[in-house]
Amino acid sequence: MNRRARKIGNQIFRHVVLSTAAVVMLFPLLWLIMSAFKPDSMIFSHPLALPEKLDFSAFVNGWTELRVSFTTFYKNSFIIAGLAVVGNLMACSLTAFAFARLKFWGRSVWFALMLGTLMLPYHVTLVPQYIMFLKLGWVGSYLPLIVPKFLAVDAFFIFLMVQFFRGIPREIDEAATMDGCGPWRIYWKIMLPLSTPVLATAAIFSFIWTYDDFLGPLIYLNDPRKFTVPLALRAFVDGSGGESLYGELFAMSTLSLVPVFIVFLAFQRLIIRGVALGALKR
Amino acid sequence: MPARQGRLVRFWRRNGAGYMFLLPWLIGFFGLTLGPALASLYLSFTNYDLLRPPQWTGLDNIKYALFNDVKLRHSLSVTFQYVIFGVPMRLAVALGLAMILDRSVRGVGFYRAAFYLPSLLGASVAISVMWRQLFGAEGLINTLLFLATGWQGPSWISHPDYALWTLIALNVWQFGSPMIIFLAGLRQIPEDLYEAASMDGASGWRQFRKITLPLLAPVIFFNLVLQTIEAFKAFTQAYIISGGQGWPADSTLFYSLYLYIEAFANFRMGYASLLAWILLLIIGAFTALAFWTSKYWVYYEDESR
Repeated sequence: MNRRARKIGNQIFRHVVLSTAAVVMLFPLLWLIMSAFKPDSMIFSHPLALPEKLDFSAFVNGWTELRVSFTTFYKNSFIIAGLAVVGNLMACSLTAFAFARLKFWGRSVWFALMLGTLMLPYHVTLVPQYIMFLKLGWVGSYLPLIVPKFLAVDAFFIFLMVQFFRGIPREIDEAATMDGCGPWRIYWKIMLPLSTPVLATAAIFSFIWTYDDFLGPLIYLNDPRKFTVPLALRAFVDGSGGESLYGELFAMSTLSLVPVFIVFLAFQRLIIRGVALGALKR
Repeated sequence: MPARQGRLVRFWRRNGAGYMFLLPWLIGFFGLTLGPALASLYLSFTNYDLLRPPQWTGLDNIKYALFNDVKLRHSLSVTFQYVIFGVPMRLAVALGLAMILDRSVRGVGFYRAAFYLPSLLGASVAISVMWRQLFGAEGLINTLLFLATGWQGPSWISHPDYALWTLIALNVWQFGSPMIIFLAGLRQIPEDLYEAASMDGASGWRQFRKITLPLLAPVIFFNLVLQTIEAFKAFTQAYIISGGQGWPADSTLFYSLYLYIEAFANFRMGYASLLAWILLLIIGAFTALAFWTSKYWVYYEDESR
């Protein structure tokens, strides 16, 4: 009897801890969203009050508050993130296929070097890359943000794909080789179709990371018409010295979280499995 | 000559396909990683402002960094505080909640999603903007404090003593991804170990110390190394919350932010390169230390010695 009471007590305790934590975790986000719908005078004077009505004026005004409208910023962000996804998927899967399936001279050395770049902080290549892109005349364009993705610089994705490819039974591609398939056909017709889970995981993370990237656009883009959403938000912060723009700032911040949130809702399982896998298989 | 050609052809037959597939990565590796890394090592010994060609200055940069650069010392101290306080707190919260979630309560899916969401959104500028307002003079935190205690708090983000702690809090708030990794690790610990321990009358704390911690050690180790490296590299939050300057009074001058300012505001490309290499050495030393001490506290199950 005593044991049972303790068990129930334990259960209740767990739920109290978990729901308190959930409130603490989500409350800032709810506050941000609520504030976006309030008139500016209410945001700080009544931070806990629900908005009296759904007032979209902050969204409407915020959208065109900067000299360039957010339509452009979203278009830019999606172009860069979209191309980054394509580049990462192509280049990283080619590399991973070579490491996982092909035999060639020096493979283990290259593989070790690839793993080494996983540990390399981006700072070490930041300055010379900038100088190089400057000399090429690429600063101010999207090329420095996109071209590296087509050259498989994100070793993390290569690593993830190598792990996955190694799990696909070798018999399948051995049979295909017997039937006269070359490595290219095996990669394109067999490996890629069998690897949709890892490709989707890589696509999701490269989308989110590129969409959220701040340092890259900050360094390489200087024309407001080419700004991405994070850069536009920073311009908002710098520009809104007067208190009157908080509603707009919160509205645009809320909106900028929506794409990532949608991706999270749609692919929650893949994302969580990706996070867990990246760690445990190492 | 023909024999040589034959050998080349044979080499290509055996290895050509592999190198074709590897080509994009090879270009990237030499052109964007190894080449630039070596270039920044060279630039570390020069003065370079992008206008005039780099001037070799020998050990001057290193001497300045070691003996005269007050800002560097300050940014190191800020970054170390961020790492030393932020990472263990983040991991402790992650482990604690993962352990509660592991004992399958109802609504696990919701809680896991709620805890993970901030760590997925956290990298965005919007979250840093939000954090800045939360901890402002009239922000939500002060409103809640006032309601609870009647005390009017300061503007946390613009007070030199507290600004860093708001960033540490932001780091802890994003404990979701290590929590997911802990959860996956906990799932692999056989349930009967705990049942047997309960039968023998071992308390919850004892079970945690004697079963959970040792069996989870590899995962804890992995999280510790990964999160520490990530914390050393933190940039966006510090940039947005400190107005891009490390305000107030350099109290949030993260190492990455200082490097960015040196390179892209002051155009001291040579010195910034040295800063990058110093960071690499610090991260390398930390990782080596972690691996070296791991002999004494991390046991892998498949180690059959």
